[in-house]
Amino acid sequence: MNDSLYLAFWSLLRRDLLITYRNRAQAINPLLFFVLVVILFPFGVGPDVVLLKTMAPGIIWVAALLAALLSLDSIFRSDFDDGFLEQLVLSPHALSVLVLAKVIAHWLVSGFPLVLVAPLLAVFLGMPADAIAVLVLTLLLGTPVLSLIGAIGVALTVGLRQGGIILALLVFPLYIPVLIFASNAVQMAMAGFAVSAQLSMLAALLLLALALAPLPAAAALRMSLS
Amino acid sequence: MNIVMKWIHLLGSPPYFYRFSGKLLPWLTVICVGLLVWGLYGGLVQAPADYQQSDAFRIIYVHVPAAWMSLFIYVSMAIAGAIGIIWHVKMAEIVCITSAPIGAMFTFLALVTGSLWGKPMWGTWWVWDARLTSELILLFLYFGVIALYRAIEDKRMAARAVAILALVGLVNIPIIHYSVEWWNTLHQGPTVTKFDKPSMATSMLIPLLVMAIAFKVYYFIALLLRMRTELLQRERNSKWVKELVGLS
Amino acid sequence: MSDIVSLETRNLECIRDDRVLFSQLNFSVKPHQALILEGDNGCGKTSLLRILCGIRLPDQGQVMWNGLSIQESISEYYQDMVYVGHLDGVKGDLSVAENLRMCTALGSRSGMSIEDALNKVSLSGYEDVRAQVLSAGQRRRVALASLLLKRCSLWILDEPFTALDRTSRGVFENIMSRHLNQGGMIILTSHHSINLTDSSVYVINLSA
Repeated sequence: MNDSLYLAFWSLLRRDLLITYRNRAQAINPLLFFVLVVILFPFGVGPDVVLLKTMAPGIIWVAALLAALLSLDSIFRSDFDDGFLEQLVLSPHALSVLVLAKVIAHWLVSGFPLVLVAPLLAVFLGMPADAIAVLVLTLLLGTPVLSLIGAIGVALTVGLRQGGIILALLVFPLYIPVLIFASNAVQMAMAGFAVSAQLSMLAALLLLALALAPLPAAAALRMSLS
Repeated sequence: MNIVMKWIHLLGSPPYFYRFSGKLLPWLTVICVGLLVWGLYGGLVQAPADYQQSDAFRIIYVHVPAAWMSLFIYVSMAIAGAIGIIWHVKMAEIVCITSAPIGAMFTFLALVTGSLWGKPMWGTWWVWDARLTSELILLFLYFGVIALYRAIEDKRMAARAVAILALVGLVNIPIIHYSVEWWNTLHQGPTVTKFDKPSMATSMLIPLLVMAIAFKVYYFIALLLRMRTELLQRERNSKWVKELVGLS
Repeated sequence: MSDIVSLETRNLECIRDDRVLFSQLNFSVKPHQALILEGDNGCGKTSLLRILCGIRLPDQGQVMWNGLSIQESISEYYQDMVYVGHLDGVKGDLSVAENLRMCTALGSRSGMSIEDALNKVSLSGYEDVRAQVLSAGQRRRVALASLLLKRCSLWILDEPFTALDRTSRGVFENIMSRHLNQGGMIILTSHHSINLTDSSVYVINLSA
C-alpha cells in the first residue's frame, strides 16, 4: 500500500467511526433490535427451557442476520444522499480499498456490538458456558462476512427508493452458508463435539469475502451513481 | 475464421439479429417438438417401470433436465453478464437479463416436480433434501436478479447491476451448494441419492438425455423470443423498428 | 494523439429516457481555458458533466484526457480532476475542518493549509463549526474551498454559484481567474453570467 492510499484508508475509517460516534443514539438501534428479536422467541414458542436451549444457536444467528440487514443501509446511504459518495468514486485511489475501509468501520459499530451482547442472550436461552465461547467465536468470524456481502447488496440498491425489501432478497440467500456453519458449530459445541471444521469454514468464508467482496461492491457503487 | 468473426459481429447488430432469429425460430420449434415427443415417448412408454418405484420414477424425465437447466441458465446468465460488462456488448446484456425469468421458471419446475416425486417416495410433499434445498435457494437468487432489474428504471444501469449480481451469485453457488449438502448430511444422515444411480438402463437413460437436449432447445427458443421483444422495446425509436412496424 | 494537457471529447452522445440529449459533441479544453455549458433545464448539462467525470458512461464516443481515453487512464485522470456537483458532499456531523481534511485525504494535495483555504472563501474562524449549522451558501463555500486544497488542473463545477450571494460570487470568480492564470482548466454550468479576467472563455449551448 502506498502512503497516500494508506492515508485515505485510515482517514475514511476514522471519519466513519467519528460520524457514528456523534450519532450514537441511532447507531445503537440495530443492537436493540437484535436483543428484541431474541427476546421475542420465548413468547412465541413458550418458556420451555429445553426447547429454547436447543433452538438458541439458530435463534441468535437468525437474529444477527436480521440485525445485520437492518444496519446495512447505513454503509452508503447518507454518503449517497449528501454527495460524498461521488467524491469517493472520483478519488484516484482504488475504490475497492476505500469501500473496504467503510465496511470495516460499519462492522466495528454494528457487527462487533452484537458479539459483545450475544453472551448475555445466550445465558437467557440457557446455553452452557463452553458453547457460549464458541458462539462468540462464530459471531466474530461470521458477522464481518455479513457486512462484506451486505455491502455488495447495498451498493446495488442505494440509488433505489424501494431498496430495502430488495436488499433482503439479494443478501439473505448469500448469507445461508454463514448461517449453516455458524449455528451448526454452536449446536455441535453444545453436544460436546469438536467444531474446528466449522470454524475453519467460517474463517475461509471470511478470507474469501475480504478478498473478493469489495470488488463487486465498488463496481456496483459506480453503477449506482451513474 | 474471418467469416465467423464477421458473422458474430453481424449478430451484434439488432436489425440483423432480429431478421436472423426470425428465420431460425420455426426450425428450432420443429426440432424442440420432435425431441420432446421422442423423449416423452421413450420415457413414459418405452422405458420399463422401476422395480422399486414402479411408474413414479418417470417424473425424472422432467425433474432432472429441469434441475440441470436451472443451473445451466444461471451460469449462462452470469457469463453473458460478464461479457456485457467487460466489453460493453449490448446483446450480451440482453441475453443476461432475458435469461433470468426462463431460469426461474425451470427452477420452479424442478421444485414442483421434485416435491411431486417426494410424495410417493417420502410420504410428504417437502423434505429438506440437499438438492431440493439448493434449488429453493437458487430460485431466490433468480428472484433477486429479476427484482433488481425491475426496480432500476434506467435499463442500461439495470443490466449492469444484474450482471454484477449474477457474477456474485455464480461465485456463491458452489459455496451454497456445498454448505447445504454438508448441513443436510450432518442433520439427517446421508440421504439416499435418488438421481445419480450408479447404473441406469440404457433404455431409461437415452430418453433422459433427449429430454435434456429438448429443454436446452426450448431455452434457446424462449431466449430468442424474449430477446426479440426486449430489442423492439429498447430500440423502439430507431429506424429499423419503425420500418418493421410500418411507421415510417 | 496530443501529449499536451487537455480534455477532449470525441463524438459524445447521451441518451436519456429515449431522448437524445446531445450527439456528435466534440470540443476540447486546454490550459488557461474555461468552458461554460449553457442550455435550458433538462438539456443534459449535468449529464454531460457526469460523463466528463467518468461517473456516467456515454452512449457513444469517448472522453480523452491528455490524448488517452479516461477509461484507460482513470487513476491519472482523477489525480488531476476535481468535481463539485449539485450536492456538496459536506457531512453535517463533521466540523468544517474535518470535512476538508477528508476531502484532501482522498486526492492529491496542493499544500495550502485549511485555514488559508477557508480564509480565501471568507469562512475563516469556522474550522471547528459543525457543518450542519452552516447555511446553504456557507456549505457551498466549504465545497469550493476543497478545490483550493487539491492540486488538480481541471475543475468540473455544476452550478457553483447556487446559493452564493453577490460578494461570494465575486470572490469565487477571482479564485477561478487565478486558477486559469496558473494554467488551470475549468468546465462549468451556470445560470449566472460570469466575469473571468484575462482568460479565454468558451460557451457551448446544449439547447441549440
